[in-house]
Amino acid sequence: MHLYTLQTLRFCSSAIMMRIKTPKNGRVRRELEKRAPKLVETGKKTLILQGTKTSGTLNGVLSEIYHLKKGGAVRFTRKNDNIRPFESGGETSLEFFSLKTDCSLFVYGSHSKKRPNNLVIGRMYDHHVYDLVEVGVENFKSIESFNYDKKMAPRVGSKPFIAFVGEGFENVDELKHLKEVLLDLLRGEVVENINLAGVDRAYVCTAISSNKVYLTHCALRLKKSGTVVPRMELVEVGPSMDLVVRRHRLPNEGLRKEAMRTAKDQPKKKIKNVSSDAIEGTIGKIYIPDQKVGDVALPNKAKGVKRERREAKKKEANERASKKQKEESE
Amino acid sequence: METESQKPFHVDVGNLLAFNPFHNFPSLPTSREELVKECLQEGTKLVQAVADSLFNLPSTEDVDGPLVKLPPPSTKLPREKHLPKPKPPTKWEEFAKKKGIQKRKKDKVVWDEQTGTWKRRFGYDRVNDDKDIPIIEAKMADEPGADPFAKRQDDKKKRVEKQEKNRLQNLKQAAKIGALPSHVQLAATALPITGTQAPPKKVTKDELGNVAGMAATATASGGKFDRKLPGEKPAKKQGKHRKFLPVVEGSGIGSREKEQTENVLNKLISKHSHEILNVGKAVTMYNVKKEKRARNKRSQEGKSASATNKLKPKKQLHKNTGKKGPGSSKKGKAK
Repeated sequence: MHLYTLQTLRFCSSAIMMRIKTPKNGRVRRELEKRAPKLVETGKKTLILQGTKTSGTLNGVLSEIYHLKKGGAVRFTRKNDNIRPFESGGETSLEFFSLKTDCSLFVYGSHSKKRPNNLVIGRMYDHHVYDLVEVGVENFKSIESFNYDKKMAPRVGSKPFIAFVGEGFENVDELKHLKEVLLDLLRGEVVENINLAGVDRAYVCTAISSNKVYLTHCALRLKKSGTVVPRMELVEVGPSMDLVVRRHRLPNEGLRKEAMRTAKDQPKKKIKNVSSDAIEGTIGKIYIPDQKVGDVALPNKAKGVKRERREAKKKEANERASKKQKEESE
Repeated sequence: METESQKPFHVDVGNLLAFNPFHNFPSLPTSREELVKECLQEGTKLVQAVADSLFNLPSTEDVDGPLVKLPPPSTKLPREKHLPKPKPPTKWEEFAKKKGIQKRKKDKVVWDEQTGTWKRRFGYDRVNDDKDIPIIEAKMADEPGADPFAKRQDDKKKRVEKQEKNRLQNLKQAAKIGALPSHVQLAATALPITGTQAPPKKVTKDELGNVAGMAATATASGGKFDRKLPGEKPAKKQGKHRKFLPVVEGSGIGSREKEQTENVLNKLISKHSHEILNVGKAVTMYNVKKEKRARNKRSQEGKSASATNKLKPKKQLHKNTGKKGPGSSKKGKAK
């Protein structure tokens, strides 16, 4: 912080003195760059936490969700009693945690008599709550209760297939919202290239009734079929649960419009001197400035110069020879 | 080819997602296993549909297996952070654009005439370093006794300060529109309230809480109707600290102001001391004092036997007997 004299203080319109903080470490700088807003976004991280009271099933659900999303999730194990996602003042803690851990999805579990085995799945935009869905978990079966051939178990971090079944997802508002949130939660990173040998998991969500969804996690077995496309077989491995939609909060229109804006929607920059033709395809024009032929200095003695000199020498020699001959003849 | 019976699934290969909007359970299956089986069946169909499109994509051979290039996902999902805003031009950049000044590429090494070698433009052992100047000639305008070397250093310091100030202003401008570069943070330092250069004192959490509480209740209604920020806790000391009488009295209360002034006046102008005196209080005080004296005497008799010369902890040298009224206790011992 540099010292201001009294004079300069009087000239400052804003009396708040600010200091520029830059990271002294390359590691810190890279971390900050990872957290900066980007044009094309990579995977969202999930924050898994709980309220004052949880039940046994809810603990199981939270830890299994954490296992499913091992690479991109943060699990808080302490109880947080000041988080009430659906109340206007109860989201400040959530937003603070989201800011500190750089998570834009959160799963908050709590248990009470009125709402047993309650899960609130929410998303953040710019570390402020964007939308929320509250579901109750029923008929939870954990990973241990399934027996299957352990060799087929899906590997951590593989990209899953996601299947939604049921007209409820199209007609009922809450289920539509739940579908979007589940897609965001389950899909993982958006990748450009995928290795076909590495697809081994699938999530199946079925709308059983107008407010109940059956979610299960299965391993994939690829069986030989005649064609290039193998025959898929689903084997239930992972947790399966019934989700009963209780409450939900949609984002307001303005916020939704802003969050849905992508880079492509921005006006495309016109590339100059490029035109496309139906026959020839893309054509580009190159403008070459006039060459200053005489002014360019030759870097090394070009062959032509050497030859010139050689010929000049030869000419001289010839002339001398002819002169001698003349003298002799004379 | 499979039978395409009502098979317009919505398939999004970029997300490996398939959605069947036409299925419904006409009657819920009786047992749980039936339900699970049916769900798995439907799921298998959908996954097969995605796999169809996925495995038919052109693939390249890789070490671990066939690699396919996925198309971008077609389902739009909201972003997690806002779109990055472009950096606004700095004051210099605007000036340069206006004047048409082009950026010139600078070399890392510059020819140094003095030593006859190539030296760095900046850093260790640089070209025009201040410490390499052996002699500075005095000009007519210079005052005698001024150190030109020190003056050069001061000038450089001032230039650097000015540059830092300008850089801060540029960053503040960028921060105002939200386009601060990711590795820079602007931290507010403490306000220098006076013109002194005293280092700002660190305020503790309790102090801040007290001050915040005082500020919160510093309104006419004691901070009761102020709009609170989300998540703000109620102030520590709530309500007003002083109570004033109403300006216009109600009918059934009686004249409180008259009572108040009467009390004060009586105390001042009383003829007899017993009117000012609180007899009960005076009696209690006298009794307590007597008991204490008795206790001390007893303990002294007991302790003087033990020849300890240790200094006893002095109890309440500045004992507050609470003489509220003028000379009340002495007068209370009236016979």
